[in-house]
Parts: sequence; C-alpha cells; structure tokens
Amino acid sequence: MPEIKQISLFVENKPGRMAKVSKTLSDAGVNIRAMTIAEAGDFGVIRMVVDTPEKGYQILRDKGFTVSTTDVLAVEMKDTPGGLYEIVNTLGENRINVDYAYAFVTAKAQSAMLILRVDDIARARSVLGAQGVKIATKEEIQAI
Amino acid sequence: MSGYWDPHIERMPLKDLHALQEDRLKSIVHYVYDHSAFYRRRFKEAGVEPGDIRSLSDVTKLPFTRKIDLRDNYPTGMFSLPRSEVVRYHVSSGTTGKPTVVGYTKGDIETWSESLARALTSIGLGRDDVVQVGYGYGLFTGGLGLHYGAERIGAAVLPTSTGNTERQIELMMDLGSTAIACTPSYFLHMIEVAEKMGVSIRNDTQLKAGIFGAEPWSLETRKRIEDATGINAYDIYGTSEISGPLFTECREKNGIHVWGDMFLTEVLDPKTGEPVEDGEVGELVFTTLHKFALPLIRYKIGDLSMLSTEPCECGRTHPRIMRILGRTDDMLIIRGINVFPSQVESVLMKIPEVGDHWEIIVDRKGPLDVMTVRVELTQSGFSDKIADLMSLKKRISKELKGVLNIAADIDLAEPGTIPRSMGKAKRVTDNRKV
Repeated sequence: MPEIKQISLFVENKPGRMAKVSKTLSDAGVNIRAMTIAEAGDFGVIRMVVDTPEKGYQILRDKGFTVSTTDVLAVEMKDTPGGLYEIVNTLGENRINVDYAYAFVTAKAQSAMLILRVDDIARARSVLGAQGVKIATKEEIQAI
Repeated sequence: MSGYWDPHIERMPLKDLHALQEDRLKSIVHYVYDHSAFYRRRFKEAGVEPGDIRSLSDVTKLPFTRKIDLRDNYPTGMFSLPRSEVVRYHVSSGTTGKPTVVGYTKGDIETWSESLARALTSIGLGRDDVVQVGYGYGLFTGGLGLHYGAERIGAAVLPTSTGNTERQIELMMDLGSTAIACTPSYFLHMIEVAEKMGVSIRNDTQLKAGIFGAEPWSLETRKRIEDATGINAYDIYGTSEISGPLFTECREKNGIHVWGDMFLTEVLDPKTGEPVEDGEVGELVFTTLHKFALPLIRYKIGDLSMLSTEPCECGRTHPRIMRILGRTDDMLIIRGINVFPSQVESVLMKIPEVGDHWEIIVDRKGPLDVMTVRVELTQSGFSDKIADLMSLKKRISKELKGVLNIAADIDLAEPGTIPRSMGKAKRVTDNRKV
C-alpha cells in the first residue's frame, strides 16, 4: 500500500514566510489537510499533509523552497477520551518510537485523524491494524 | 598545444630575468625622480637618491607607497606624465574612502594587454576561443582589461559586462563562449540562474575555462565550480593601481605567474618589513618596472600571499604568488582575533549541506563582539527533523572554531535569500560602532 507523503519545508522564522508558502499552494490549487510548525529559534520546519502531495512538492520545489517528503501514517482516532491513548500505547508496547505526531478533525468523518511519523512504519501499520485501528489510505486523505 | 605567447620572455633563464629587472628598476627609479614631484619629495625624506640603487637588492632602500598616497594626491598628483601622454583613466569605486584615479599611456595599455595575452595563452586560450567578459566595463579595470587582453590573442570577445544574467547565459550558448571572466561569486549565481532556465553549463554550453578574480576565493570554491560545470577555473590577480587584472595561473593551477619583466614582486613580513622565505605568508609589495603614466614604487597593495621563485612545471621562470589569502583591508578583528572572510569561505565550502552563498554579520552585544555566519541550506542538506538541523548548526560552528579560534553563531537561511552580487561580493556586514 502506498504510504501517505507528508511535505516538509525549511523556513526562516520571519514574518510573511507562512503566507508565502500557503499562497504558493493555494495558487496551485493544492489543499492542505493538516499542518504543524516545529520551531527552533531562527528557523522552523513546516510539516503538512495535502490532497495532492506530488503536485505540492513540485510546485514548492520549483518556487525555490527547501522541501522534502516523508512517509507518515494517518490513523483514525475515536473522538472520545482515551482515543489517543489506545494508539500510542499499542505502539509503545511494541517498542515503536513516535518521532512526532499531530492531529486534525475532519468534518465528514465522525472522528479525528492522527498523523504519525514513526521509526518503523510497516510494523506500526500491522500492530495498529491488529488492534482494529483504522488507517487511512492515500486516496481517503485525498477525498476528505 | 599549450604554447607560450612570448616564449623568449616567459622562459627566460632567471639570471637573465634578474639582469633585466635590475636594469629596469634602475631606470624607473631615475624616471620617477625626474618626472614626479611626489617621488622626489619621498626619496628626499627617506634619504635616498636614484644613484643609490645599483642592484636589485637595493630596492629595500626605497620608501613604500600606499593607497593613502593615491588618495592624498587625488586625482593625479602622483602621475609622472602630463595629460597629453595619458590615453585612459580608470577610477576605483572608493567604497572604503575617497576614490583613486589611475592613468595609462598608450604603451602602458600595451604592456597591460601583453601581460594578459601571456596569461590567457597560458590557460590554453587562443584565436579559436570566444571569451565572454562578465566583469564590469567602465571605470572598473576588469572589463576593459580582459577585453584588450583577449583581443590581443585574437580571441573573439563577447563583452557582456555584468548583469542581465539570463541574457548572458543565452549568449553563452548562442555564440559558443569557451571562456568566461567574472567574479567567482557572480559565476556561482550564473550556475543557479542557468539551472532555473533548464540550462546545464556542462552539457548545453561550450564553456571550458573560467577566469575568476577581483575578490579572494578559496580552493574549495574552485572545486565546487569545477564539479558543478566541468570547466577549469583559474585564479586571476591584479588591482587598478598596478594596471588592473594582470596575472593568472597557468594550466598547472599552481600559483599565479607575475611577470618579472613588468613588475618586481616582494613579499614582506607585515611586522618587520623584512622579506619572508618562499612559501611563507607576507604582504605583497609591487614595483612597476615598465609603466610610465603612473609608476608605483614599492606599492603596498594590501594583499597577503606567499611567493614561489621556483620555475613552474609549465616552463615559465617568472615568480608565482601562491594564492591571495585575503586583503589586509578585509581582515576583521573579532574579540581581538584576526579573521579573514576567505578562511570562513574555505571552511563553509567543505560542508555539503551548505550552499554557495554566505555572509558574515558582526555585532557588538554589550562589551562582546558577536559573529554570525549566515548560510543557505541546500536541498540535500535538509532533514525534516529539527534535531538534525540543530546538529548541523553545531557542526558548522565547530568547524569554524577549529580554523578561526573563535565561536560563531550559525543562521540557517532559505536558498536564494542571501544577496547575490554581479561584481565583487559583499560578504561582511559590520554593525559595530567603533
């Protein structure tokens, strides 16, 4: 199964940088599903899941941004107390490390979506699957 | 084929070359004494007369001249000939003070062109070549200097001057430029612009040689340029005071040939003023032996280098300066430590995650000088993990400290955000109020 490609961008911590990124994507008709910014003083890394990652990556690259793609898991999470616990506990018990994670709530689905970057994506998929956790496909993310 | 432009002079036995230098030194000393009130005064102050100069080693009896003398005697107070003999002026930009004016007789222009004709021939250029001159034309000596030198060897000159980079690249393709002369930082910018246009300098042009100078650049930058484009990158040296760009490396790339029949080159210990041994760093001092509108005696040009008096593998016997390490003017003193921007460059260009453009910013925070080095992160150097980027910053800082002995803050910048220059790159911003 093809993994979901997260787009990561290097940005300087300066006014207007986010605006430039989002304008570039909006002009190209690329829709952002979820995003997060990790900041480290004078610079930061923007990570996002978009509807058409190949197109998003190419347009950002063409515009001169420093950009890369990373395989991530998008996991459906019950929008109730304990929803997150079930997922990260399963990963922890199986000694799979979470590098970072961020969540978003979708309007259509009656659930939250958790984006996970883990050190062993294939094993994470199988242990979560065994627990009955639903993992979104590329197509599902595109269709939200 | 690599021939010589003037084999008799270029391969002259050292004994004969020294005899020629001695003759020319004696006559230029008499000449300036007779023609220039400035030198007459200087010689008298130093207690020396032209007759005291009987051998080459007597050159040390002569007083030094400096850029400040040209400024103090602005515009033409140091000239040895009247306006009627002068056929051209060039004027330095004066970014660090009042501008300086230099002048040439018809013969001085010939000598200058001859120097470059030898140099261009030594890197394998000739009448079948197209030399694109991307140095500024005008008051700056770079453009016209290279222009005359390249015409002299019968090459076709493409006088693009600086700027309009996309057009430069189009013309480079359309007219088949085989060599380009410009600043190394501008050529790095050209490579970037070419890539954006979908042009590969290696595959889509006939470029085989670059003649880069007017600013100090490191061996690491040479490697980057050569690896990126497949051309041979040669160092060129000269300043307006001694004519303009004059000397290059030959195909051996092992030192810049400074023509001994035209110039007497000394490398002196900056503290004691004594000559240093071959291979030791010192201050470059030039005496023009065959230049008549504005001859200069023991001119302290303000550059640091090393001399080699060993004849080169290429067969040329004239002395070589081994690479310009930096201008004494460019030297920064940060927390009491001498820092040359060229040292910073040579460290940075070894780090693959760092792009070709960089800058140094110096601030004073309280009593302390703070040096920040801004570098652009390359596409391949980018990791989306913050920890990787932090450790990259640490690594750059550590490498710099190893060479400079001083800690620097590292700023990672997005590609394309550090200013590009068409001429001499401005790498340093010093915000300290002294």
